[in-house]
Amino acid sequence: MIPARTVVPDVRSLVFRCLMLLPGAVMGLGLIVFSLGLVVFLAFRHNDGSVLGAGWTWSNFQTILTDPLYAQVALRSVMIAGTATAATVLAAYPVAYCIALRGGRWRSLLLFLVTLPFWTSYLLRVFAWKIVLAYNGVFNSVLVGSGILHAPSLAFLNTPAAVVVTLAHAYAPFAILPIYTALEGLPRSLLEAASDLGARPWTTFRRVVLPASVPGVLTASMVVFIPTLGDYVTPALVGGPRSIMIGSLIQMQFGRANDWPFGAALAVAVMLVVAGGMVLGRKLSVGRQG
Amino acid sequence: MKIPVPPVLRGSSSGAALWIYVALYLIFLYLPICLIPLFSFNDSVQAAFPLKGVTLGWYRTLFQEEGIHSALWTSLEVGVFSAALATLCGVTVSYASVFMKSRFANLLSYVARLPILIPGVIIGIAMLIMANLVGIGPSVPAIIAGHTLVGLPATVMVMQGRFASFPRSIAEAAEDLGAREWTLVRRVLLPMAVPAVGSAFMLAFLTSFDEFIIAFFLSGPHPTLPVYIWGQLRFPRSLPIVMALGSLILAVSVVVSILSEALRRRGQAT
Repeated sequence: MIPARTVVPDVRSLVFRCLMLLPGAVMGLGLIVFSLGLVVFLAFRHNDGSVLGAGWTWSNFQTILTDPLYAQVALRSVMIAGTATAATVLAAYPVAYCIALRGGRWRSLLLFLVTLPFWTSYLLRVFAWKIVLAYNGVFNSVLVGSGILHAPSLAFLNTPAAVVVTLAHAYAPFAILPIYTALEGLPRSLLEAASDLGARPWTTFRRVVLPASVPGVLTASMVVFIPTLGDYVTPALVGGPRSIMIGSLIQMQFGRANDWPFGAALAVAVMLVVAGGMVLGRKLSVGRQG
Repeated sequence: MKIPVPPVLRGSSSGAALWIYVALYLIFLYLPICLIPLFSFNDSVQAAFPLKGVTLGWYRTLFQEEGIHSALWTSLEVGVFSAALATLCGVTVSYASVFMKSRFANLLSYVARLPILIPGVIIGIAMLIMANLVGIGPSVPAIIAGHTLVGLPATVMVMQGRFASFPRSIAEAAEDLGAREWTLVRRVLLPMAVPAVGSAFMLAFLTSFDEFIIAFFLSGPHPTLPVYIWGQLRFPRSLPIVMALGSLILAVSVVVSILSEALRRRGQAT
């Protein structure tokens, strides 16, 4: 009797643990890993109109590497996403700094205010920029109304610059939070020690604050760069034909062009660039610490 | 002659500049969004200054639109189901990674946070291929699956933060008193985590309610609200209605995220 009693709870706890792992396993391995695996699988298939394609091939990747159109779009995507990332992180840095080190009792309110837009519709935020930048939009009507311009300008909407500004607006919380987290952990005594030792504010910033924030800046750069690289909505709404990015090309393969394997290959290429960026980011942050 | 500036004053002037920058940044962040509700009350098809007069007409047209009713219903259905699934997965994955200390549990928590590192277009096509492989094709269940996936990172992060903040001694005390793991979860951990669970559910719901690109790939005959809006953006005449609809969606997002934040804070306070 006694051994049986000690065995029963063990079996129960085993069943319990398996049950606790089940939803995550179904979702994580069954859906996330499997569906991404499908994309990679499809990238190496011929397009015959069926879901999984036919026969194995490298030709999708050969097209991407040899057709100058794709190199051009890829380069443009990296340039726009890179510029947007730099702009977002630079503009966000002073805000994160201020909230983390000078926030005082306003800190949690400010943090909430900068993250709130993130929880509103991305599509609507991009659409808002279309209203701002359009030919008969807000920016033009203010400029004409105040006499700075004589007639509305077409120079704002449908440019790569419009994409960069819109992305910097849309991904602001992504940049602020990691930098804030890195700076928040900075001991206040370190700053006081620096100023007691006679360091000017700028020197304190350059020698104490900036190095401490590097991991946060790298994380921020990654979490902004990754989604902007594959973005579809912003180039489509405010970018115009000169800002077609890789996300639009992928969408086209699954829409009008109806070449799923090629679209999958483009997606794999994007994921490789993302992975490369992450490895680089990790290397940089490890190099800083070591 | 140079007058030395006391460091205190110097600090405060650079501090003032910093605060002015933060204020300008917040204006940059909120001004474009505020234009949507502003123009939704404007009595003109064009979104330009000067304003032409106040009207509620766009909202009236909005409520008569059949397509919006069905899109709203689809969005709510997708949001509630995907948030429930994402919360279930988020709670169990976080529990496993915080309390079970197994490699598999850690792997799952990593995989569950992976969608944040993948551009939406790629999640969209991955789910589209999956849906066609399984045979359901672009449909409401397919969108629910896709949105569960993008809701996961938020639920996992909220729940992991909550579970990790529990003092170890609570679990140990319960174990010493002979409580089984399930009893511990049901009687101690879950009641303590209820506000965080609510917060996670709301964030997952919001993520789904606002999500466009995945729903765009997976929408069959029943589009969600953002996909419906996307379809309307082509027609300049329907822009004011889009802005009225957008204002309501923004209001929902703001209210739900304030509630979620309040819940999360209450959870941390106890």
